[in-house]
Amino acid sequence: MKSIKISKVVDLRWSAMALVTVVSLMALGGTLVSSASQSGGGSGTAHAASAGAPTGPEMEVKIDNFVFSPGVVTVKAGTQVTWINKDDIPHTVDSTEGKFKSAALDTDDKFQFKFIEPGEYPFYCRMHPKMTGKIIVQP
Amino acid sequence: MADKKRDFIDQKLQDLNNDGVDRRGFLKCMAWAGTGLVWTMSGGIPVSHAFDKGGSKSAMKGGDFSFVQISDSHIGFNKPANPDVTATLQTAIDRINALPHRPDFLIHTGDLSQLSKPSEFDTLDQALKGAAAKQIYFVPGEHDMLTDNGEQYLQRYGKGTKGAGWYSFDQKGVHFVGLVNVVNLKAGGLGSLGHEQLEWLEDDLKGRSASTPIVLFAHIPLWTIYPDWGWGTDDSEQALSYVKKFGSVTVLNGHIHQVMQKIEGKLSFHTAMSTAFPQPAPGTAPSAGPMKVPADQLQKVLGITDVNYLVSGKSLAIVDSPLEGSTSSASEKSAG
Repeated sequence: MKSIKISKVVDLRWSAMALVTVVSLMALGGTLVSSASQSGGGSGTAHAASAGAPTGPEMEVKIDNFVFSPGVVTVKAGTQVTWINKDDIPHTVDSTEGKFKSAALDTDDKFQFKFIEPGEYPFYCRMHPKMTGKIIVQP
Repeated sequence: MADKKRDFIDQKLQDLNNDGVDRRGFLKCMAWAGTGLVWTMSGGIPVSHAFDKGGSKSAMKGGDFSFVQISDSHIGFNKPANPDVTATLQTAIDRINALPHRPDFLIHTGDLSQLSKPSEFDTLDQALKGAAAKQIYFVPGEHDMLTDNGEQYLQRYGKGTKGAGWYSFDQKGVHFVGLVNVVNLKAGGLGSLGHEQLEWLEDDLKGRSASTPIVLFAHIPLWTIYPDWGWGTDDSEQALSYVKKFGSVTVLNGHIHQVMQKIEGKLSFHTAMSTAFPQPAPGTAPSAGPMKVPADQLQKVLGITDVNYLVSGKSLAIVDSPLEGSTSSASEKSAG
């Protein structure tokens, strides 16, 4: 299955003060229906964009053999990072500091996050916490 | 770390070379799959004897009981080496129902589902309804707590439990404790019980007689098998310090989809096979992902664990049976 299953982009500046809620990741005939929303935080904006319509710079992190690859990624502010799971076992992408959190990513599922604010963003898999990585966002 | 890997491989090779079980290797840390050994724990001393289906039935007396541990059903998984994990779970249930004695209960040590989907839990429930056991006790695996912080798991399998789903119960003088070590895991860490659960455990065991046999069960091993792959629990040492005074402690885990045992004084550690797919021996593959085996070999690396409690010796006898294949030849060798 090659279809893009999850597409979720949330501006970091808003997510810091808003609760990011994955409303539903429902399996319908084997295809995950994507949906992203944001609650709280007043006029915060959340963009739901498909990977077919990228905006700005992009970077991909593969999950393969229980490893995030590359493990440390340096990107420019505004870059959208896409994690893709190439394992036969589900994984997750969780910010160590609670700034983003994916649902379970089955094989070939993706999780996307747009990094606006410069800084360091360590993350891990909450199912297999030995799996860690870091996004370094430069101005 | 390379030495550790070599250790495990050496032990496996040693077992193969001896064409059976090397006792010293076993006591150190043994890995084997699909043998039919009975290990009887008596006063902390493991005694092996040949596994005989008829024999285990006739040996059971009043006050004795048995239960079966199954693990890692991963309902929803559909990739190599097992496109039909529901069918292999069914085979495991058939094995349970064919045991010479009806188990008093089942313990499922987690990873019931692959993705915590309601449909996966439904399928599991449906299959387990056919198991000849009065009761089934569960603990969650990390695959079962993927949505709503495990709320769905708790609603389905954790009624009356504490915290993320831990609890204890007694069966004919044996005290059983189900522990949860798959939630709130820290980046870079292993499995975790957490402060609240540890306090509860200490309290739960306090005041019990040292002669009470204890069985702890949890998904991730409560002993460090292979930290590189997360096969261990960060705060298990503390949990085990609470059971030190007891004369017989058996620890049953899943997660690693293969049988491993370790005896440490009065503590006996044991992991069960999966009913879904095998995983590689520690350090023998690039990762802990599913091990792909030929279709005709699959049922030889999946299985169930049958545990008999014999009140006469206050001992627990643990028998691992693959879903397919005879278990008698291995035990004959080991008995010789």
